Amino acid sequence: MSWMNTFLTSSIGRKLVMSVTGLFLITFLIVHCTINSMIFFNDGGEAFNKAAHFMGTNILIRTMEIVLFAGLILHIVQAYMLAAKNRQARPQGYAVSNPGANSKWYSRSMTLLGTLILMFLVLHISHFWSNSRLGGMMGIAPLEEVQIGDKEVLNLYQDMMVTFQSPFVIVIYVLGVISLCWHLIHGFQSAFQTLGVNHKKYTPVIKNIGIGFSILICLLFALMPVSIYAGWIC
Amino acid sequence: MTMNIKLRIWRQANAQAEGKLVEYQLNDVSANMSFLEMMDVLNEQLISKGEAPVAFDHDCREGICGTCSMYINGRAHGPQKLSTTCQLYMRNFTDGETITIEPFRAKGFPVLKDLCVDRSAFDRIIAAGGYISASTGQAQDANAIPVEKAAADSAMDAAACIGCGACVAACKNASAMLFVSAKVSHLALLPQGHPERKKRALAMVAQMDAEGFGSCTNTYACEAECPKGISVANIARLNREFLNASLISEEMPK
Ligand code: FES
Repeated sequence: MSWMNTFLTSSIGRKLVMSVTGLFLITFLIVHCTINSMIFFNDGGEAFNKAAHFMGTNILIRTMEIVLFAGLILHIVQAYMLAAKNRQARPQGYAVSNPGANSKWYSRSMTLLGTLILMFLVLHISHFWSNSRLGGMMGIAPLEEVQIGDKEVLNLYQDMMVTFQSPFVIVIYVLGVISLCWHLIHGFQSAFQTLGVNHKKYTPVIKNIGIGFSILICLLFALMPVSIYAGWIC
Repeated sequence: MTMNIKLRIWRQANAQAEGKLVEYQLNDVSANMSFLEMMDVLNEQLISKGEAPVAFDHDCREGICGTCSMYINGRAHGPQKLSTTCQLYMRNFTDGETITIEPFRAKGFPVLKDLCVDRSAFDRIIAAGGYISASTGQAQDANAIPVEKAAADSAMDAAACIGCGACVAACKNASAMLFVSAKVSHLALLPQGHPERKKRALAMVAQMDAEGFGSCTNTYACEAECPKGISVANIARLNREFLNASLISEEMPK
């Protein structure tokens, strides 16, 4: 399998890993956003808690959760390795540089935007993932349960309501989501280019879908903490 | 119309020496001079003062050979779109302006002297696979092999690459993907290039990586700065060629 090793360590092979894991993480964002948007039913969290219970107990979803973490780690590690290699490709920089004349700032700032998202993710996982999945273990307080129909389910909704009472948390979440938005606007279309999809008919469509998708999903994500804090959802 | 300009030029005695930006004042520069003619005038003055002239690459001075380089005011080949440095005119600058001139910077393009860089990495990439093998003997009839018009046009557009290295100079990753993709594309699009296309994609990408060029992050700075308007659609084609050769074909990398 030395051919596979040659491929995966080549510049294009590494980019392919970024592209495929990136697209996979985008599909996760769609699922995540859909489930969490259940809070907008404003039904005291019943629809959301039900959906969260399904996601937390379904064997297929739980398996995919492991794949998701693997994909995320691969995306992050490969990104930093590529960034380091790319920096080495120009040991001496320019005294005067005018990159704004030939490219968009966010396309040049993917590592920075990704790092901001990573910092946000650490906080986000500690807010919601660890207590729902690891509650009761390793000294993490378990979540309360709530009766829905004939089932006792974890009250993740209440967890959200409590977390999003602090203005500091709201600001961090909104900033995290804004970073994600710019990261996606470049990343979405860039992933297709790396896969070799550049087509007179489809590329303009892909670019527009990418921009529309990035803005829509990030607006929805930002609206969640904001509307809880503002009391629009209770 | 004439103008007075201040130049800040990278001076470096040789590949090993430390370099630095040196300032020169140049007066009565005609707006209709080309950028290289302006450099010639500066060099005349330096020589008459007994100083070493600024070394810079140039050959055809008509925008077709790709020899001239220079990173001018933060842009490869200066501020004018679709233009090499030799096709840039002083009318693109204003009286009293400070113009900073640096060599193309990349690990794959080491500085030889002043503004001259060694671009032989590109030659080695071509030698790795940027050719077709043809039997010698009687010349074949012209048009004996039908080529689709659209493919011929795209191949011609890719073949317009003059190998100047502006794509590398402009890219934040010093990636040579636009150059390599143009060379792979113009052969992959034509039937004559098909027999060796898999070997070619593998070998040229391997050589590109070995020369220390960065990888593409799709900022498309290369396309914006390319004097010949080579499209990044070629980079997608290179990706396809390489993915096909690596993952789908039975061709083994060397
Ligand atoms: S000197 Fe030949 S392209 Fe500029």
